Amino acid sequence: MSSPSTGSLPRILTIATNAFREAVRDRVLYNLIVFVLLITVSAVFLSELSGGHAGRVITNLGLTAILFIGTFIAIFVGVSLVWKEIEKRTVFSIFAKPVGRTEFLVGRYLGLAATLFVNIAVMGAGLSLALLFVGDRPLAAAIWPAILLIFLELSVTTAVAILFSSFSTPALSAMLTFLIFVIGHFSSTIKELAGALASPAAKAIVEAIYYGLPNYRVFSFITETSNYMLPTGRMMAGAVAYAFGLTAVVLSIASIVFSRRDMK
Amino acid sequence: MDHVIEIDGLSKEYETGFWRKRRTLALDGLTLSVRPGQIFGFLGGNGAGKTTTIKTLMRLQFPTGGSARILGRDISDIETHRRIGYSPENPYFYDYLTASELMDYFGRLFGIDPDTRRRRADELLTAVGIEDKDRRRQLRKFSKGMLQRVSLAQALINEPELVFLDEPMSGLDPVGRREIRELIAGLRDRGVTVFMSTHILSDIEALCDEVAILRAGRLAASGTLSDLLEDSGDARSLEIIVRGVEADEIRERVELVAGATLAAKPNGVSVIVLDETDIDAVLQIARESGGRLASISPVKQSLEELFVRQTE
Repeated sequence: MSSPSTGSLPRILTIATNAFREAVRDRVLYNLIVFVLLITVSAVFLSELSGGHAGRVITNLGLTAILFIGTFIAIFVGVSLVWKEIEKRTVFSIFAKPVGRTEFLVGRYLGLAATLFVNIAVMGAGLSLALLFVGDRPLAAAIWPAILLIFLELSVTTAVAILFSSFSTPALSAMLTFLIFVIGHFSSTIKELAGALASPAAKAIVEAIYYGLPNYRVFSFITETSNYMLPTGRMMAGAVAYAFGLTAVVLSIASIVFSRRDMK
Repeated sequence: MDHVIEIDGLSKEYETGFWRKRRTLALDGLTLSVRPGQIFGFLGGNGAGKTTTIKTLMRLQFPTGGSARILGRDISDIETHRRIGYSPENPYFYDYLTASELMDYFGRLFGIDPDTRRRRADELLTAVGIEDKDRRRQLRKFSKGMLQRVSLAQALINEPELVFLDEPMSGLDPVGRREIRELIAGLRDRGVTVFMSTHILSDIEALCDEVAILRAGRLAASGTLSDLLEDSGDARSLEIIVRGVEADEIRERVELVAGATLAAKPNGVSVIVLDETDIDAVLQIARESGGRLASISPVKQSLEELFVRQTE
């Protein structure tokens, strides 16, 4: 008897749920809860030293910590997300089922994205509580758009990590993803460099690098948030569209590469 | 459908090395077909290409030549996988899952409804001998034999028409092997075709209707077990057992009969002759030394002998 025919979505969600469960059972979340508690305690302690700027210091420190912890997870869990499955041969049983390689890749991606979402939400809640503790109610609410932007950035980083891990080792993938993260944050400098160059050929090359690499500046709003500023709706919409578009392109390339790969 | 598996000139070449590429031909124009409702044994030495064949059929690897069809569809057709099962060699699953969770996960991938998933998981885990208390343990705590049993169970979660089993007896103790043998035989009784790769020849002899022997990526022999054993070239050899005489008394004269070999056995003196025309000569020698005929029977080579011959 053959099994009933179903669309891709239930399979993708099944794989995503399992990837999330894997992260939970590998104690990714537990470690972070401990970490966020440490950050919060440190922030509260720092607020004593900085006098009237407690809220701003805590916000800056907290959001930066969320970005770096999230990036650390996105890179190190992301690069092993596919590689581990191939290395441990768990994919053998998966691909013998009616599961496409793209479905598998997207499912694993969504599982990690969900893990990051929960992580960031927990850290954000911790930060909000810390801000309420020091009596800065406006910032306790104002951090959330910045947290959403961090999540969008991590979604792109995760996709980049998966792309590299679809054809390379975890160590090299982690290095390359980190490089993209760093360059992505300095992309405005690349653009400025392109503008300053006299040679049209050199300018074209630098511009190609600028447009070819993710521009993480789109998601940066930590300093502004610390100064009680809120992103505009237009900026948020642009960041969401950019993150979705970029993730779709990066995952599509990863899927093409992964779909041609032999499982040895 | 005449054949559930049709492999036509399947080849697989690997490239190894980073700077200096070397090519290894793992499968070299393999052609094979499997009829429905039987247990098909897939034999071969280490590196003969058995696992490569199965991986290629499971679309884990891509062929570099030839084609293959499963249940009438090209192997690239993902829909075929709704109707097949696969238990890999040295199975490894998500070790943070329990056996029940793994079965549920795979059942979901097939789109099976929750009640049916639960019922089938219970039935299958019972059938492969995973006790109730063990079903709630994480797989990282399972022995190799227990993982092998779980692997068989998960391969059947979708009630497949065709099952690929790569070394299904690996890691099992003798009792476990017997249980799994019975399970595989039961599948055939229900009309399921089983394509089984194994090194354990006694399992092949006990279970398989047809076998194929692979050597260096090529088909060395295939057919029913009895046909292969009879077509071995020694099919006309006969064993004559004589009693009432010592082996040494007649050895010299018997060995003069072309190709005859002689050995002392508990049930008498055994003389192997290559042709029935030599029987009279051997019997005459035995009678002249006071011996008498006990039995004459055709010599059948064992599967082990056939395997060694075909894979050497």
